[in-house]
Amino acid sequence: MELFKPIPAAAGTNQEFSMPSILTCDDCGKQSLAALVHLNGSTCPFCGGLFRMPARARIAMLADADTFIETDETLTSTDPLKFPKYSEKLKKAKADSGLTDAIVTGTCAIEGYPAALAVMDSYFMMGSMGAVVGEKICDLAEIALAKRLPLIIVSASGGARMQEGMISLLQMTRTTMAVNKLGDAGLLYVSVLTHPTTGGVTASFAMQGDVILAEPKALIGFAGPRVITQTVNEELPDAFQKAEYLYQQGMIDGIVKRGELKAALAQILALHADNREASHDQ
Amino acid sequence: MTNRQTKGEQARAWDCIKNARLQDRPQTRDYIRAMADEFFEVHGDRTLGEDAAMVTGVGRIGGQVFTIIGHQKGHTIEERKLCNFGMPHPSGYRKSMRAIKQAEKFNRPILCLVDTPGAFCGVDAEERGQGNVIAEHLSCIASAKVPVISVVIGEGGSGGALAIAIADKLLMMENTYFSVITPEGCASILFKDASKAEIAAESLALTPADLIRLGMADGIIREDDDFSLDNMKGTTDRLKAAVLGALAELSGRNPEALVQARYQRSLNMKGF
Repeated sequence: MELFKPIPAAAGTNQEFSMPSILTCDDCGKQSLAALVHLNGSTCPFCGGLFRMPARARIAMLADADTFIETDETLTSTDPLKFPKYSEKLKKAKADSGLTDAIVTGTCAIEGYPAALAVMDSYFMMGSMGAVVGEKICDLAEIALAKRLPLIIVSASGGARMQEGMISLLQMTRTTMAVNKLGDAGLLYVSVLTHPTTGGVTASFAMQGDVILAEPKALIGFAGPRVITQTVNEELPDAFQKAEYLYQQGMIDGIVKRGELKAALAQILALHADNREASHDQ
Repeated sequence: MTNRQTKGEQARAWDCIKNARLQDRPQTRDYIRAMADEFFEVHGDRTLGEDAAMVTGVGRIGGQVFTIIGHQKGHTIEERKLCNFGMPHPSGYRKSMRAIKQAEKFNRPILCLVDTPGAFCGVDAEERGQGNVIAEHLSCIASAKVPVISVVIGEGGSGGALAIAIADKLLMMENTYFSVITPEGCASILFKDASKAEIAAESLALTPADLIRLGMADGIIREDDDFSLDNMKGTTDRLKAAVLGALAELSGRNPEALVQARYQRSLNMKGF
């Protein structure tokens, strides 16, 4: 099985940020070519287990054909703190992913219902939130407000981006306020949590949805499991911080299989569409 | 106090970290004693329990009644344990939200005193939705229809600190820091070496002067050379004047304009 040997990272690069060409399924342990996996809805061809989904693949899955109009597509980090090695990491993440940062935003239709859609990409520096992610969400919320569209954010993030320091932390404030503004205007915000959603993203817009859905088995938490283990010095139960566990704890509204997400979102949009039109007419 | 910079020289990041963490540095209860003529403390989140890491209450400072919210780390080992070393559980943030709602109801300004290494990262905190509750708290304070003034009095540790640092005016005591992550955590993740924390601290731009430069903080309160638990007055008099001055600036605005200005203030902090 020479074909399935992991390809070593190039010298001097940081493997954790690169888009891997071979993926190993967490469920069945089998390896597959990333290209095949992503053609298959980012699921394991052997057992159907879920892999992390690139943002553009997720948008293709959720948006009706040819309806997605991207916003802020060229926005990119200026490395505001001149943080050691950050510009090299950014350059590599951009080259690997074909994205300018860890989120893609735009407007689209979902089963015919218009929506503002933001999708995070965990293959870009673990989906970490810096100024660009925050700005793109704030801009999209402003567009949603102006056009009276519901907002859907699909999260996948390790949290705030350390390399932008306090500027990253501040994005928790900015996104919170943007989402608050939509709420004040009576507009719907649906948050979809995918593997993994942790840190400053969990502790801000990801948990502020009117409706919060999650993908099966997604890791969702404030602190990551490693930090908790170090803090409390004990083994964590298997199910801890998984979507199913959060559902039991009453933290999320539902768990939706990847293949059923579009239909679930369409139903939620449909149920809120009448209100939207009514409030618009007043 | 050790490692103080000489006058006029900008504090090094690592000195700010070390000073902010000193166990005998004045904490929320000490500031309240030094600044408030009277204080009535409220307890309990009405859901799960009482969290000593978060102090909330109503106090009168210079004739003005404030809702006061602050992290408390504790000085003695018993108090530190009781306060979980200043790391609040979800119930602490729920208690704080109660205080914010009451401040709105009774139309009084909010004064927040920030001093935490971070929100608690434990199994029980996660089980009770630490992420959810901080998200809710951010939303609650961001939309509070009364003036909010926050002062970093010690450690500003990430999201757990930010929860009470969304404000119309953010002040920082001279020997403090505010950071997205501890320098040790940053060093161990990014440099794979926790001993490089000093380098990480310099890179993270976490000193009061850094936050002023980034447009996130509005003022630095100078600490007297002998600022300590036994000698707070000169320093807290300056803080009191700054807080009352900030309030005077904010109190003319109507509630909607206040929230809108807070939003605009955050929008302006783009980071590009």
